[in-house]
Amino acid sequence: MNNGLAIETSELTKQYGKIPVVDRLSLKVPKQQITAFLGRNGAGKSTTIKMLLGLTSPSFGAGSVLGKTIRDASQNRDLRREVAYVAEDKQLYSYMTVGQLIRFTRSFYSDWRADTETRLLKQFQLPLRQKVRALSKGMRTKLTLLLALSRQPQLLIMDEPSEGLDPVSVEELLHEIVGVAASGVTVFFSSHQIAEVERIADRACVIDHGKLLVDTSLEDMRRDYRRITLSFDTDPPAVALSLPGIQQVRTIGRQITLLAKENADAVVELTRDLHPASVEVSPVGLREVFLETVKEER
Amino acid sequence: MIFKLNPSAGQPLYLQVVQQVRHAIETGVLRGGDALPGIRTLAEELVVSPNTIAKAYSELEHAGLLELRHGSGAYVMAKRRLESRTEQIRAAQGRVQALVESLHAKGFSDEEIHRMFATELFYDSSLERKT
Repeated sequence: MNNGLAIETSELTKQYGKIPVVDRLSLKVPKQQITAFLGRNGAGKSTTIKMLLGLTSPSFGAGSVLGKTIRDASQNRDLRREVAYVAEDKQLYSYMTVGQLIRFTRSFYSDWRADTETRLLKQFQLPLRQKVRALSKGMRTKLTLLLALSRQPQLLIMDEPSEGLDPVSVEELLHEIVGVAASGVTVFFSSHQIAEVERIADRACVIDHGKLLVDTSLEDMRRDYRRITLSFDTDPPAVALSLPGIQQVRTIGRQITLLAKENADAVVELTRDLHPASVEVSPVGLREVFLETVKEER
Repeated sequence: MIFKLNPSAGQPLYLQVVQQVRHAIETGVLRGGDALPGIRTLAEELVVSPNTIAKAYSELEHAGLLELRHGSGAYVMAKRRLESRTEQIRAAQGRVQALVESLHAKGFSDEEIHRMFATELFYDSSLERKT
C-alpha cells in the first residue's frame, strides 16, 4: 500500500466499554506534507495516535502507517524504526542527565545523525549535565524533539508538541517542524492551537467526539471557503438557499449569512436575484471552520 | 526582500508569495540576477510549510520570473518586458488613488472603501490572473 499516503486508516474505532473514543475514523495523511490533527481536549486525538503506533489496539477497523499494518506486531516493530514519536507527556528517564539520555538513545540507532544532534543541542541550549527531571517543560519538549529528529525518521508524529510552551519556544518548535519537513520528513501532529496550525500545516483534519469532521488542504480552504453576508432593508426573503457548496445558512434580523465551501462566486451571483441592499464576501479562517463544525456536531 | 504572509487572508499562502515576488520585480525592488532564499531557508524564515514555498517558486519559474538552480537557490530572471510594467503600475496606482479620494469626498470611510474593494475582488477571484 504505497499510494503516497504515510498514514491511512479505515473505520478505525476504539471503544472503552461501549463508549467510542475514536469512532470509525478514516484518515488519510499524505507523504511529505505537514498534516495537523485538530480537536478539542478529549476529542480522540491521543488515542488515535496511540493506535497508529501500536501502543493500544483498535476495537475495530484497520490502519497502516508507512505501508505497515498497525495490528501486526512484527510489522509494528519495523515501523518504530521509521517513525519518531513525541508523546504528549514526554516521558523520559528522569534520573539520567540530558547528556546520558542522548547517549543512551543514540546507542539504539545505527543511522543516528550526529550533525543534527550537535546542531539542535546548540540551538536549544540544552544543559547536558542537568538531570532530566529538573528540566522545564519547554526544555523537555526540546530534548524529546532532539531525540526524535536525530534518528532520521521518515515520519514524525507529535502529540500536542506545543502544549505548555511559552511563545518563544513555540516559535522555535514550529521553525524546527518546518525544517524537518523541508528534509522530506512527513509530519503529523495533534494540536488545539489553531493559529500555529494555520501557519505551518499543509492539511488539517478536525476530529470531535472521535469522528473526523473536516479533512482539508489549508490552501484550498483559503481559496474556496467564504462567508457571504446579505443585508436587506426589509425583512429578508424566506427562501431555501440550498446550493451546492453552501454549508450553512443563518438568518439574523435583516441579514442572512452563508458559509460557502466552494462556488462562492456562483452563490453570490444567485443571491443577487434576492435584491439585497448589500453583499459582503469575506474569507473564512481555520478558527471559524473549526468552531462551526464542532458546534454543529454538538 | 521582505515577505508578509497572512495565513487567515482568503488567499492561498503560495499565491501571496507569488504576488509579492511579482510585485517586487515589477516595482524594481528585485532585479534580474538577484537571489531569493532557498526553499528551506525561506520556509523556516516565514515559518510556513516548505511545500508552500516550493509551489510558489515553481509557479514563478513557470511564469518565467524565477530561475531555480539546484542546490544554490532561486534567481530573478532579467526581463525587459517588466520595465514597462512598472509604469503601468504607477499609472494604475494613480487611478486607484483618485478613486479613493473621490469616495472619501463622498463621505465613505476607509473601512467601507476597503470592504467594497474586497468584495469586488472576491467576485472575480480569478486566481490565475495573467498579466
